[in-house]
Amino acid sequence: MELLMAIVIGILFMSATYLMLSKSILRIIIGTGLLSHGAHLLILTMGGLKGGSVPLLSDKVASYVDYVDPLPQALILTAIVISFGVTSFLLVLAYRTYQELGTDDMEEMRGTEANE
Amino acid sequence: MNNLTFMPVLWPLFTGIILIFFAKKIKLQRGISLFSSLIGIVISLYLVLSVNNQGILTLGVGSWDAPFGIVIVADMLSSLLVLTTNIIGSAILIYSFYSIGKERETHYYYPVFQFLLIGVNGAFLTGDLFNLFVFFEVMLMASYVLLVLGGTKIQLRESLKYIIVNVLSSAFFVIMVAYLYSVLGTLNMAHLSQRISEVNQPGIISVIAIGFLIVFGLKGAIFPLFQWLPGSYYAPPIPVMALFGALLTKVGIYAIFRTYTLMFYHDQNFTHTFLAVLGILTIIIGVIGAIAYWDVKKIIIYNIIIAVGVIIFGISLMNEQALSGSILYIIHDMLIKAALFLLVGIMIKISGSDNLRNMGGLIKQYPALAWTFFIAAISLAGIPPFSGFAGKLLILQGAAEKEAYFGMAAVLISSLMVLYSVMKIFINGFWGTPKADYTLAKNTVNKMLVPAVLLVVLSVLFGVGTESIYPFISQAVDTLMNPDIYIDAVLKE
Repeated sequence: MELLMAIVIGILFMSATYLMLSKSILRIIIGTGLLSHGAHLLILTMGGLKGGSVPLLSDKVASYVDYVDPLPQALILTAIVISFGVTSFLLVLAYRTYQELGTDDMEEMRGTEANE
Repeated sequence: MNNLTFMPVLWPLFTGIILIFFAKKIKLQRGISLFSSLIGIVISLYLVLSVNNQGILTLGVGSWDAPFGIVIVADMLSSLLVLTTNIIGSAILIYSFYSIGKERETHYYYPVFQFLLIGVNGAFLTGDLFNLFVFFEVMLMASYVLLVLGGTKIQLRESLKYIIVNVLSSAFFVIMVAYLYSVLGTLNMAHLSQRISEVNQPGIISVIAIGFLIVFGLKGAIFPLFQWLPGSYYAPPIPVMALFGALLTKVGIYAIFRTYTLMFYHDQNFTHTFLAVLGILTIIIGVIGAIAYWDVKKIIIYNIIIAVGVIIFGISLMNEQALSGSILYIIHDMLIKAALFLLVGIMIKISGSDNLRNMGGLIKQYPALAWTFFIAAISLAGIPPFSGFAGKLLILQGAAEKEAYFGMAAVLISSLMVLYSVMKIFINGFWGTPKADYTLAKNTVNKMLVPAVLLVVLSVLFGVGTESIYPFISQAVDTLMNPDIYIDAVLKE
């Protein structure tokens, strides 16, 4: 199971890198979204997938080995909320930038000459 | 357990929430913000004195004991930086009254300002690695809004780059936290430090240490990761630029301070040598930028990068002199960078241009501005008895002890170059014949000058009175040199 997760995370990171290297803002934003998904899955996997039982004491679970570690889940929840907020802000900003500058191409947003 | 520890975070939070309700009442917003930031200074001063009396203060949030819950830790380094942050925040706030403009003031500038302070203070005070990530995000969120507020073309363009870079570094932060958790099974910094010394830092931990260096280096703008900084800091109005330049990069440096002295200090041949090389390269790149530009904002922005390099080099040496030098230098640099940005802002406002070639002769009409700038400039270069001197001297002593002569040379030559770059502003901006008819009333200039003068006076006092501040600094260094003090304070309560 851990191996499968590792492959999935790898694919997510790969696609994210590919998308973030493109010129269009929208592709870059989707890339950052995929990147944070990959990072969240990574936390989950790194906490250990184990037996998959809920982390509550009860008679039905044979031993503590089966318990899933609850901490990574709390971490993921926080990280998801943050990345959700940032992504929505980024989308609005990209739209405003497109309205103001009339382009969604990062190549045309260098502005080094304009600053001098 | 001491609730005082968390007050520097809670206080701006309350203020920010209250300010949101009065978004359209500018006078009231100014009054509340100013009052709150002055109280903030009092709180953090009290925090510094309590830490001085009682040693490290901790607070387990929600009464969960460390290492199970999140713990807030105020040691000397954190509380000194919190105090500096609050002082700079107040000064920049006063400056904003005269320069930020009505439009921004009615569009939640002051609440977001407070939220930025929450993030910065929180990042300094937290004792939990994931909580550090959360406070970084709070700080970044506020900085995104401040950067884009106003919505001019250059701001929109540069915020886009700034946000994408920071989203990337946040993802990296989460990834590194995940790796560290899987190796050591904890995220409390004191507990991490304990466990790393139990296993004596195997290779995997060193890899994670470098990963964290990438994360914090992106925030603190060290050598290969600084390219976003000159463009992004150039875009916003002067008060926001001063806030970013003085505070945001320093949070990244503080995180390197904390992780590299508390946790990843067992394999110094690898990690700290790496840090030293990056520090020296950062100094060199910063110097090239600072002397190349004729744009006053760009010159000061590249001076941020030089200071980052000097502090990083100091941390990499890991001995008592160099660390106390770094702490002195980081506080000095926060004060003086904020002051310089504010002064440069006044110059731009008077002459209507940020290019030095279009300025000149300002000293005739505005002598007070000129001499304040002069003092700030020579403090930045580290001329005794001003504030940059003691920090640099101690870093150089530390370097001599470690026989890091190349780094010593870099720091010394960079001081000369820094002096050249700021004197270029002074000579071209204040001497010579006026290039235009400067019409800005003296009264306005004097009002804007007040916060800058306050910061410069403070930094002069900091420089002259280094001897009397030194007990505080050495208490901070004690904790950094002996991680056991920190671990005991957090875990044995």
